[in-house]
Amino acid sequence: MPSILFFAKLREQLGCKEVLWQELGFEANDHVSIQKIRSLLMERFPQQAELLQPGQSLAAINQALVNDEQRQIGGSDELAFFPPMTGG
Amino acid sequence: MSLPLHIRIAEEEFSPNQEQSELEKNYPDAGAIATFTGLVRNHNEGEPVTRLTLEHYPGMTEKVLRSIAASADERWPLLAVSIIHRVGEMAIGDRIVWVGVASAHRQDAFDACHYIMDRLKTDAPFWKKEVTATGARWIEAKDQDREARLKWDK
Repeated sequence: MPSILFFAKLREQLGCKEVLWQELGFEANDHVSIQKIRSLLMERFPQQAELLQPGQSLAAINQALVNDEQRQIGGSDELAFFPPMTGG
Repeated sequence: MSLPLHIRIAEEEFSPNQEQSELEKNYPDAGAIATFTGLVRNHNEGEPVTRLTLEHYPGMTEKVLRSIAASADERWPLLAVSIIHRVGEMAIGDRIVWVGVASAHRQDAFDACHYIMDRLKTDAPFWKKEVTATGARWIEAKDQDREARLKWDK
């Protein structure tokens, strides 16, 4: 099943570094868009709804940034949400 | 042949001298080595900073750094690139990041080093949290870093 991870300030505000696929109500072989996942996360974490918006948190699938909110994840994909980077 | 890369996420202090010596020793065709060292500053947004924590996305960090170095190699003729980036707890004055670029000539080395740092600032999945007298806060991404990154696409 896909994994959904959070990093940095988003992780801290949500209070968890991962949410399980099943916790969002999905089955093992479901394919779901990033947009849909965000909206379910916003329902689950209403106080962080703003931080979960596409403008505020970036999405990466299998460790590559993704801009298209309609991209779907499924199988054993790794989806991660995080704030804009501040390295270097 | 693909560009030799020395990319390392470090939990402990590293030595720029050592890293540079490695480049000099291993790439004798290099006429130029351009380097950059990023340090933990003792102030940010007008407040004194006491320490810094660097979080990263293990797996993605290395992938992104390799891809940035490969992009630099597409633009300039390079012999090797080293990128060392620390993660974890850091003190004021500690070295956060070191980039070394070896090339036959200096202009390519300078430009590639500059490019790699500008890309790293916006694209590499690291996040800084600083501790000041008023508490701990996550550093926000800066517009000037985004602009510096975009300049390379023009």
